[in-house]
Amino acid sequence: MSTAELTETQPDRRREFLDGMRYGLPVLLASMPFGLLFGALAAQNGMSVGEAVLMSATVFAGASQMVGLELFGQTIAPWLIVLSIFAVNFRHVLYSAALGRRVTHWTPFQRAFGFFFLTDPQYAEGEKKALNGGLSFAWFMGMATPIYIFWVVEAGIGAAFGNLVPNPHALGFDFLLPIYFLGLVMDFRKRPLWLPVVAISAAVSIAAFYLVGSPWHVSIGAAAGIALAAALTPAKRGASL
Amino acid sequence: MSATVWIILAGAVATYLSRIGGHLVLSRFERIHPRVEAGLNAVPAAVLTTLVAPVATTGGPAEWAALIVAGIVALRGGLSAMFVAGAVVLIVLRNTL
Repeated sequence: MSTAELTETQPDRRREFLDGMRYGLPVLLASMPFGLLFGALAAQNGMSVGEAVLMSATVFAGASQMVGLELFGQTIAPWLIVLSIFAVNFRHVLYSAALGRRVTHWTPFQRAFGFFFLTDPQYAEGEKKALNGGLSFAWFMGMATPIYIFWVVEAGIGAAFGNLVPNPHALGFDFLLPIYFLGLVMDFRKRPLWLPVVAISAAVSIAAFYLVGSPWHVSIGAAAGIALAAALTPAKRGASL
Repeated sequence: MSATVWIILAGAVATYLSRIGGHLVLSRFERIHPRVEAGLNAVPAAVLTTLVAPVATTGGPAEWAALIVAGIVALRGGLSAMFVAGAVVLIVLRNTL
């Protein structure tokens, strides 16, 4: 891309980037306890500050980082830890497939780079933005950049001061994430088939949680909801069920 | 490098593959079947529900009250409002019950 082209579109891009940042702010605040908590738990599990920061910077997926930490503490084969991280993150395959349809106007490099930052809230807000005026790369990165920077810094702070948190349970640390995820579920309540999908995913994920075990309940429960939505939809436009 | 660093980096690669993989695989298809489309539209609610429901069954009155209040607030307010409401209920009840 030439410099002239870049300059021409610069104000637009800056506006888009700044607008994206506004959407990143609540996510940044909501994820702050988890970023710090991850660092704190990492330190308690024997990780160095550098290793905690490395994990937040390269994995950048809170729930799977927590699962990874839990397994690091035990004598479990390394490949099994990696597989568990992948299982928790498998939902991103679905986000990626869904959002890929919205960003066909991005360059391949923008997609390869941008999708690294595809977290749960990033997907949720990106999808809404795509349906509401289009999703630009600048907007997407505007939202992702502050979330990412704070996430990495928090791992370092959490690891350095981790053992100083007096009573994480009293502060609700372990249950803030589900509350936040519930908010994201509620955000999608206008979608077709929302209630049956949520109901079946809840029932099947609870069953899988107790019968199969974590982290598989995520993939199994989600698959049930997605399969139901597909099954309830006519194969051809206008066809009856 | 330590074993921990290698596991972290392998986990990072696995995570990145999950984030780029869906798009790379799906972009090979020119047209999307209506059922695939419906399935993809159901993805966020389906996945996010699995991150709430099983954990909710492991909670007690404080956790349930927090989810119920947050869910009700979500019907009216935005994400931040519901999150703060749920967190406040959780922290207060955990420290008083």
